Amino acid sequence: MTDVDFNDVQGLLRFGYGKMTQASYALLRVRDAAAARAWLRAAPVTSALTMNPPPPTALQVAFTAPGLSELGVPSSVIAGFSPEFVTGMTEESRTRRLGDVGSNAPAQWSWGYDSDLPHLVVMFFAQPPGLTTFIQSATGPDWSRAFEEMRWLKTADLDGVEPFGFTDGISQPRIDWERQRDPTRPQIDYSNVVALGEFLLGYPNEYNKYTDRPLLDPDAASANLLPAEDAPAKKDLARNGSYLVMREMEQDVREFWKFVSQETGNRDAAAKLAATMVGRTRAGDPLVPIQKEAIPGISPDEAGQNRFTYGGDPSGSACPFGAHIRRANPRNPDFPGRPASLIKRVITMLGFGPKGFRDDLMSPVRFHRILRRGREYGPGLLPEDALSPALPNEPARGLHFICLNANISRQFEFLQNAWIVNPKFSGMTGERDPLLGTRAELPGCPVTADFNQPRDGRLRKRVDGLPQFVTVRGGAYFFLPSLRALRYFAAKRSN
Amino acid sequence: MTPQSNFMVLAPIEPSREVALRALLDSMNEAPGRVNPKNALIPFEQFDRLHFGRLVILNDQTTGDIRVYRREPQTYPLYLALLGDIDGDANSFLTDLAGRAAAGLRAIFSCCADFYADTDLVSWMQSHEAPAIANYVNWRGRTVRRAREEAKLRDAIEDYLRIHAPALADLPAREIHQRLRQFVQAEKTAGRLPLAPEERTPLRWSISNLLHLLGMPLLFLLVLPLLLLITPFYLLRLRHLEKTDPELCARVDQTYSDGLAQAEDHLVTNQFTAMGSLKPGLVRLVTTIGILSIVNWGARHIFTRGRLARIRTIHFARWVFLDNRKRMVFFSNYDGTVESYMDDFINKTGFGLNMVFSNGIGYPRTNWLALDGCQDERKYKDFLRRHTLPSQVWYKAYPGLTAIDLERNSRIRQGLETAALSEADARNWIALL
Repeated sequence: MTDVDFNDVQGLLRFGYGKMTQASYALLRVRDAAAARAWLRAAPVTSALTMNPPPPTALQVAFTAPGLSELGVPSSVIAGFSPEFVTGMTEESRTRRLGDVGSNAPAQWSWGYDSDLPHLVVMFFAQPPGLTTFIQSATGPDWSRAFEEMRWLKTADLDGVEPFGFTDGISQPRIDWERQRDPTRPQIDYSNVVALGEFLLGYPNEYNKYTDRPLLDPDAASANLLPAEDAPAKKDLARNGSYLVMREMEQDVREFWKFVSQETGNRDAAAKLAATMVGRTRAGDPLVPIQKEAIPGISPDEAGQNRFTYGGDPSGSACPFGAHIRRANPRNPDFPGRPASLIKRVITMLGFGPKGFRDDLMSPVRFHRILRRGREYGPGLLPEDALSPALPNEPARGLHFICLNANISRQFEFLQNAWIVNPKFSGMTGERDPLLGTRAELPGCPVTADFNQPRDGRLRKRVDGLPQFVTVRGGAYFFLPSLRALRYFAAKRSN
Repeated sequence: MTPQSNFMVLAPIEPSREVALRALLDSMNEAPGRVNPKNALIPFEQFDRLHFGRLVILNDQTTGDIRVYRREPQTYPLYLALLGDIDGDANSFLTDLAGRAAAGLRAIFSCCADFYADTDLVSWMQSHEAPAIANYVNWRGRTVRRAREEAKLRDAIEDYLRIHAPALADLPAREIHQRLRQFVQAEKTAGRLPLAPEERTPLRWSISNLLHLLGMPLLFLLVLPLLLLITPFYLLRLRHLEKTDPELCARVDQTYSDGLAQAEDHLVTNQFTAMGSLKPGLVRLVTTIGILSIVNWGARHIFTRGRLARIRTIHFARWVFLDNRKRMVFFSNYDGTVESYMDDFINKTGFGLNMVFSNGIGYPRTNWLALDGCQDERKYKDFLRRHTLPSQVWYKAYPGLTAIDLERNSRIRQGLETAALSEADARNWIALL
């Protein structure tokens, strides 16, 4: 049993709303703060309570830092949120770390930069065909007085397949809602169970500590907020909330399949090369074998595609180091070489553990997990059809990437920087993520567009000159509040 | 083997010249955080023994922290530090530096309090040397020249493979090794691929290194009885201090942090300078000296091949005492972002970090010196960011290469210089390509 009040948590933290295959996200700016607060007070925001039968629709709300300010939240309160959230995704130094350079640069984004930064996003989900009706009823007559609609991000239901044609969303961390795992114990094997506080603010994280967040003095305004677990005299505005990272990533599906076809010359080999770039086949099967031993947090019904680590593939010959899913989740534990005893761990800690070239290159993954909630957009295109020329005025397609995490810099940003776009990931040089990476140069690193496939006892295969397949078109950091915090933001104020 | 050494010239800045000095230092950069290696003042790239160079104004933001011990902060001078990590001995390097960058150095140092038009540059720099109490070199004996030659070697092999990969695709590892050996041999013979053999290790260095290797443990054994005697009292006092020393881990001012970030993440490697005051009292001072002496000994004799305990991302690092051991500066050159650097330390060698830095005022609370402390990630990161100083000028001799790149390139060369590899070694070797 968990002591988290699901009634206070927005549902997206617990559910992907997979049955609600229709979704649309409204990027909004506040037109009239009082009207906006009134709309938010009445908004039918969906909680994380399990309902029977499941609801046919869901609505979620998240705010940017300027959005909170616009609603009248005092700047002293906003300053208590994390620096990444407060300064935003497009801060110049940050863009270097995130790979938002060259064609990904925020100045060219269609939303999220400068005056194009939304104040909030309202996310509508519905079982088909209910979305249009749901949006009409949920927005209501006060909507247009309250908000200026910057943009509607429409999504498409590609039936669990992302636009390049690969089954997506297979691997997700399992949140330790019950707080049964002791994160201070060294983890010598990979586990998929991650501390509650890595995703929900106000609870202990993988260091068994509370992530920084605004703690308020009790007063009339904060009376209904929950107290902070680690400071019971304070009100915890962020408790049961999370940070929501949103990025619009346009995928050049035709370019992707054209490239792998030209590199290989036939359909089967093209599919194989594409699979090595992803790290899974199109059906979602990993390139390394499924292991017999159970992995904590991976249930038997998902074992067929998820019960694996790269421990048995140290050379990267089954799944290349640079494959997308190996970068995004290297599935590595705290130590190299599984030091089971305390003495062995001390020996490893002192630097006398495994000394191979590729040993111990990465930070333990449990500090860098994210909960993915993205959805596709644009018309589906089968890989078989992707080789034909684009139709005139073909709409763009891609992913509205969404992830939830409690510490943006240690989770999303670390993952994006140190693993996805880093040309030096895992002892390599000259390649970034084959799917997502920018191909921009770095000083002294003129090549970033290779993709290596190591082979045991043979010369690696290398593909070079990878085009950039994904271009960032927009993005922002949001705060996804608890329902109590939402009522605090939306409370009647004089201004 | 050419051993690495370092220098740090430390001099108080003449207050009226600070603005001029900052302008001078800025003029050495193309953009904030990006040095012009050919700049007119110190044309770094002319010095082929220089791995890393740095000019920092040591403007400690935290001198007031001592007030938590109910002491008034001292007024310290504002220092300029010029430091470098080099091949060979420091004196000959400083002479070379003064010889080729005299005008620039004079312009810079004339902003310092005791530098005059007729001052002798070399002896002034020598007399302003601030020695490190602990120093770390990623790979003892790897010179700038060798790092560059080995990078060229890898490039040459990559170019060769670009053309010949199809023909080599299905050959066994040892055969590929042989072919590449032949290719590299031919390139060397044709003079296209210089790969200088290692120089002889200077005898004086070998002797002093041996003395250091043996001397430290010997000294330890000598004072061991005394240490054992003191230990209970020391521990009692340390435990008391640990439980009562105040923490100062407030969120760093965002504008300050953003200013630091401007100079970060331009290359795959970053610079790091952190500064602060030691906690008052003999126990903390002795602890700092003791731990850093051990770190220095370990770095000099054990961790000489690419790893400082589990950390593989540091090129060079050092700790320097200032102002009568009241204050300390830590300098390092590391791969990745500051966030990943801190995560690396917390997750991989938190114990070491705690033992050294917990003697600084305000560090997150430790337990038995090695435990807890930085495991409070948020406090530690805020603490460290607040103590971080911007480096006005920072130069790296091989901008695109990480410590791991350098290690790989060395391993490639090592394999090539072996006439015949075993099957297993050959397989490992071609996995480096």
